[in-house]
Amino acid sequence: MSARDTDWDGVRLHVVTGKGGTGKTTVAASLALALAAGGRKVLLVEVEARQGIAQVFDIPPLPYEERKIAVAPGGGDVYALAIDPEEAMLEYVEMFYGMKRAGRALNKIGLVDFATTIAPGLRDVLVTGKTSEAVRRRDGSGRRVYDAVVMDAPPTGRITRFLNVTSEVAGLARIGPVKNHADLVRGVVASPETAVHFVTLLEEMPVQETLDGVKSLRAAKLPVGGIFINMVRPELLPAATIAAAMKDDFDLGELALGLKAAGLADGAADATSIAEALAEEISEHAHRTRLERREKRALAEAKVPHYELPLLADGADLTGLYELAETIRSQGAA
Amino acid sequence: MTGHKGDTPRKPADDTRRGSPVLDMDAVLDDPNTRIVVCCGSGGVGKTTTAAALGLRAAERGRRVVVLTVDPARRLAQSMGLTELDNTPRLVAGAGGTGELHAMMLDMKRTFDEIIEAHADPERARQILTNPFYESLSSSFSGTQEYMAMEKLGQLRRSDDWDLIIVDTPPSRSALDFLDAPERLGRFLDGRLIRIMMAPAKAGGRSAFKLLNAGFSLVAGAMTKILGAQFLKDIQTFVAALDAVFGGFRQRADQTYKLLQAPGTAFLVVAAPERDAMREASYFVERLAQERMPLAGLVINRVHRSPAPALSAARSAAAAEDLETRGEHELTAAVLRLHAGRMQLAAREHREQEHFASAHPTVPISQVPAMPEDVHDLAGLRKIGALLAS
Repeated sequence: MSARDTDWDGVRLHVVTGKGGTGKTTVAASLALALAAGGRKVLLVEVEARQGIAQVFDIPPLPYEERKIAVAPGGGDVYALAIDPEEAMLEYVEMFYGMKRAGRALNKIGLVDFATTIAPGLRDVLVTGKTSEAVRRRDGSGRRVYDAVVMDAPPTGRITRFLNVTSEVAGLARIGPVKNHADLVRGVVASPETAVHFVTLLEEMPVQETLDGVKSLRAAKLPVGGIFINMVRPELLPAATIAAAMKDDFDLGELALGLKAAGLADGAADATSIAEALAEEISEHAHRTRLERREKRALAEAKVPHYELPLLADGADLTGLYELAETIRSQGAA
Repeated sequence: MTGHKGDTPRKPADDTRRGSPVLDMDAVLDDPNTRIVVCCGSGGVGKTTTAAALGLRAAERGRRVVVLTVDPARRLAQSMGLTELDNTPRLVAGAGGTGELHAMMLDMKRTFDEIIEAHADPERARQILTNPFYESLSSSFSGTQEYMAMEKLGQLRRSDDWDLIIVDTPPSRSALDFLDAPERLGRFLDGRLIRIMMAPAKAGGRSAFKLLNAGFSLVAGAMTKILGAQFLKDIQTFVAALDAVFGGFRQRADQTYKLLQAPGTAFLVVAAPERDAMREASYFVERLAQERMPLAGLVINRVHRSPAPALSAARSAAAAEDLETRGEHELTAAVLRLHAGRMQLAAREHREQEHFASAHPTVPISQVPAMPEDVHDLAGLRKIGALLAS
């Protein structure tokens, strides 16, 4: 770890969740880049077989294999892994029991299918188990292989159940190897070395889900991280204009004059009609600004650090990821 | 949602649907042969709101409708005047017209319990319902939701109490899990795993003999080692107890699947005009075609439009820069920047839709403009319904 002070020093597993459509994968990818900056090695894992990481980095689909996908500013490396539950199960059987042949037999009779689809809870254990293994892994000289692991996790509505599934399984399998494995995973996921971050937009539903998610994580005694407010639009209009627009008291005449001065209107009537159309945009913008302020206040109630990431005009392409990574670092999140 | 200026639907000058046919939503809702509408799409695109808005519109146009949602969104329940939604359809007061709107939310555990109770004798039902493995399977493990959603849909349809059933699909990790679920269940039930697990119960029988030949001892040994003897025993007891129930279970899953393929069903793929959501929408459309499921069309929510579409992003930004350089009309410059951003966003959304339209030119599309706020009441739902049908 560098001497740099961040809000999450000591955290080695960053779990990134968020409601669908909030840009969870993009934020997880940028966080991985930010954490790797300055010569560190970070693993970005994907758990839902959606190949979202490959899409944001614009690379071919990821296999079940850790491979380097990006270089961070100042010479760090980001590795990525798409965890396939079936492969993870076979690997698990082989690694912990040295039973390659039995693993194949289990696969043939459908146990692997059973474990990974019919009882998706077990699938969650396999996936969190594989992630925990990467967090704990050491090389020959006893050094940690990865400085940090970032998980692009399931959405907010499922996150507590997903992370908590190990204790559910532990409750089912009261003794035996499954229980031991579940306890091991729980030991990583519920430790101070883990932080669960939320990605949200300044809109009602995602904010409500974030607040609910924070509450349910706390109830399950899982470590809450920060809140990443994504796609924040710049406040372009002066505060006085927004206030006036909210009261439908906006100075159309002044706008029309400006439009004429800018050469955008043919005569006074045209200037007025364009100004009227634009006034509607201003009114909408003012309403949204008011709503966003309200949602920001609501988020503050969670009492966790929050970070603002700008809306990228051209969408989240590779350049955008680096831009977001820089923002994340400048705000002390990594 | 009330009192906002941009409320009225507007046809944009640069209509993005030029290439694609327009989805005639009212024709779908009014057709007495339409008995089921399934809203599917990736998470966060407004599926549940779309389902509720369509339910209200259909009811107000004279149909007896039930909306089945899997999303425990309290706000949506409130917008329909219900304090909460549960496993029983509740009448929504305040819907106008000659029809009726009812709403309910899937309770997976309750639905699962009911199946067990209906299909097993009391003693066996008790064995299953108190098994710790069942407890988890029925209430916590995420895949159960898909099975139960389909089961509930089948129940509602078979009851024949409803003229129209509108359902939104679970926010699955793979968005079409609900289609795969019945088949997967079948594969599991036909699979050798079940028979191996049942083997101790049938020891000595012919099936066990065959299994022994198939390397049963190796597998049984491995399973004991991996899962632990007690865990395995719990699962075995559970599977043995469920055995009686499974037959009917599977048959009904198949029936529901066929029901979805029937002409009385209309699938609506719901999306937002963003790259990920549109990509998912394409995938849905292709999968539905593959499964021979009847697709009615694509709903694109949260489309950004400008009231001043003639003023392009480029001209707007250039004019703003000009004013800023001259140090004049600060306000106008700021407004022009705002407008340029809006036009840029609209253009990007337009491109995403064009990609979809060129790959799927025959899929009818309905667009709903972005709203600054979420829906809070029936009036809000009614307005969305109108926009969906416009």
